[in-house]
Amino acid sequence: MEKEHIIRLEHVSKQFLSRNTDILAVSNINLEIKRGEVFGIIGFSGAGKSTLVRCINLLERPSDGAVYFDDTNLMDVSERTLRDTRLKMGMIFQQFNLLAQKNVLDNICFPLKIAGMKKEKRIKRARQLLELVDLTDKERAYPAQLSGGQKQRVAIARALATNPEVLLCDEATSALDPITTKSILELLKKINQEYGVTIVIITHEMQVAEQICDRIAVMSQGEIVEMGAVKDVFLNPQSETARKLILPDNQFDAEGIAKRVIRIAFDGQSSSDPIISQLTLHSGEMINILGANTENIGGKAYGQMLIQCPESAEALEKIRQYLTEQGIHFEEGGTIS
Amino acid sequence: MTEQIIGLLGQGIWETLYMVLVSALFSYVIGIPLGVLVFVTDQNGICRNRVLNLLIGGVINFIRSIPFLILLVLILPFTRLIVGTTIGSTATIVPLVVAAAPYVARMVESSLKEVDSGVVEAAQAMGASRMQIILNVMLPEAKPSLLVGATISLATILGYSAMAGFVGGGGLGAIATNYGYYRYNTEVMLITVLLLVIIVQIFQEGGLRLVRRIDKRIK
Repeated sequence: MEKEHIIRLEHVSKQFLSRNTDILAVSNINLEIKRGEVFGIIGFSGAGKSTLVRCINLLERPSDGAVYFDDTNLMDVSERTLRDTRLKMGMIFQQFNLLAQKNVLDNICFPLKIAGMKKEKRIKRARQLLELVDLTDKERAYPAQLSGGQKQRVAIARALATNPEVLLCDEATSALDPITTKSILELLKKINQEYGVTIVIITHEMQVAEQICDRIAVMSQGEIVEMGAVKDVFLNPQSETARKLILPDNQFDAEGIAKRVIRIAFDGQSSSDPIISQLTLHSGEMINILGANTENIGGKAYGQMLIQCPESAEALEKIRQYLTEQGIHFEEGGTIS
Repeated sequence: MTEQIIGLLGQGIWETLYMVLVSALFSYVIGIPLGVLVFVTDQNGICRNRVLNLLIGGVINFIRSIPFLILLVLILPFTRLIVGTTIGSTATIVPLVVAAAPYVARMVESSLKEVDSGVVEAAQAMGASRMQIILNVMLPEAKPSLLVGATISLATILGYSAMAGFVGGGGLGAIATNYGYYRYNTEVMLITVLLLVIIVQIFQEGGLRLVRRIDKRIK
């Protein structure tokens, strides 16, 4: 029987030695990634996410700890075995990292060439992958002639060429516009669902994590501060970092108005329900919308809304009551419900 | 201008091209591995090795700091050992290679520095070995820049080869020295200089055209 976990990090730390101070980029990380899941590592710039993902395939060798892939500790294996293991872990990058002097087909063939596959076989395989990423008409194009989204598709095809079990994505959508981001995320989801490839995604965008991840780990200053199902973290963030990632502009904690601000999280309610209007009608109170970030996915509402309520405790109570009755998830500023 | 001089100039062109091209070939045979070695052993390189890096870097700097004419005289015994003589075009190739190889090594190193480190990282993530990265990623990705470097190197070697004419080397430099300088034949001197200018132009223009054709980053 296959093991449930494909990747396991135990007490992984990475220290960078610099002239004056040693920087602990990743500190004592324990992490298990399940076979077949989409796992997100989310945090602000400099949190250590990219270093952590590089510790998984040992592009950065951890200073301490153990990195298990399929129960083999990669810290102990020879360089040869490590390289063979890397064939089972594809990786894509924010800046795509395609070979600029090679055309699309040759870029996808490249890892197969490295792996020693015969030329006709690798061209055949590369063409299959081009079909998967929907770029069959671009096989002779060079990276400079492609858009960002197309480049990332080529990078995905290249990363999948050797039939890896895991795909590591380092800020794969951060250089792309929202629409392209969505299409790339859909492609990744398809790869995960149809081919069972385990996906590890590094991102600083909560929306990316929401759209695709099953579970996420929230990172801050080299440590994991929160981990769980993406839904749970989104509805009920426990850490300061998670809350800031969910509400980047920090209105929620702004002084003065904080007490009267409620964050409503939509997690699949019918998007046609006029929740705010009903809330006003039922409570008889005026409600001010401070900000909203919602999406309609298949008739269901996902996202969140920040509303400002009247000052009186009585009014606030009415609003609380209504939201609770309707089963709508909410939090109040300052405290987490 | 006598027919004799014209014949001489023709031979001079041929000798110059022979010296420059053969020297460039050997300089690259030595300079590419040296440049690669100095690049990959650097502290950010894929085969970090401080001792080797300092050693090779030191040798390159040492040779490059010796003025060419002095180097040429200094290594006369070595030249004799290799080609059996110290005069003529073939003998000039030895000091040209000794002087140009370290220069080429630095050119190669600087071309490799232009290669996007992300692409190298991607290749590592694919399980490529160091040798595969050097041969399949670094050198092919640096190809346009290497070619630009080669056109510059060729012009430099051409300049050196003309200098060698002063001390018994062959080619256009020797003609300019022997006929133009020592015999006050200004006409011959000007013609040889003009020919040298034309050769440099051809190298430079041809090289850049080739680069434009093969570089896939533009288009």
